Amino acid sequence: MSITVNNRKIEYVKNETVNELLKRMKYNFPLIIVKINKNLVKKKDYSNTIIPDNSEVAVIHMISGG
Amino acid sequence: MVNSIMNIVKLNKIKKILKDSSVGIAGAGGLGSNIAVSLARSGIGKLVIVDFDVVDESNLNRQYYFQDQIGMKKIDALKENLLRINPKIEIIIHDEKLEKKYMDVFFDDVDVIVEALDDAETKTQFIEEIMTKIKDKPIVGASGVAGYGKINSISTIHNGNLHMVYDPDAESSDDDVLLSPKVCIVANWQSDIVLQILLDEKL
Repeated sequence: MSITVNNRKIEYVKNETVNELLKRMKYNFPLIIVKINKNLVKKKDYSNTIIPDNSEVAVIHMISGG
Repeated sequence: MVNSIMNIVKLNKIKKILKDSSVGIAGAGGLGSNIAVSLARSGIGKLVIVDFDVVDESNLNRQYYFQDQIGMKKIDALKENLLRINPKIEIIIHDEKLEKKYMDVFFDDVDVIVEALDDAETKTQFIEEIMTKIKDKPIVGASGVAGYGKINSISTIHNGNLHMVYDPDAESSDDDVLLSPKVCIVANWQSDIVLQILLDEKL
């Protein structure tokens, strides 16, 4: 029972939402891109999207510079 | 001997695939100008580049422009520089600022899109819009290019069609310096992912 966040394996938590995962990972950035199993999760859906077991999650904090 | 013939066959195949490929680049600053140069040298057949900015003296510490191009439109200066490297490349330039809701319009026909913008909000908007509107298109982005040293904290995150070169430890460019080594490392890292996408698909 685990999920992968940014190439790192972490514990799976049942019924965890994106918002809760962000809190658990201590991500409090204003601008992020979240994808679960190849699907983009929009900001308005962070509180009602549950992360399934074995998910591959990308949480990218967008930082200025380029 | 057999081995070297095999390599020539493979090399020619790679050259052909890259020559028949097109890449869109959003932004022609530190990332975009260096990515365009890297892809032109790699033999990509067609580049579509979008930027609205003008070459400033302060850009020359990392962007692929020259003293005598200060004041020129970046897209014009970049086109000039790319054609000096490879006169056969097809270069389409758009003197436009990418605006919300219309960020995808220049990139419908390319094989891969590269996000090379600077402001975090614009970067986020661009990636979200491309992923929502042109779902099947691979996009290669970058986040965290400011600073120097500690390069090992950069990694690649692949998720579906999104490929990000990411340094989670980097500061915003509002709080840290933008310098050639790291900016060029990230730009060339993105370019390498572009080649990987094109070649994995067709080789």
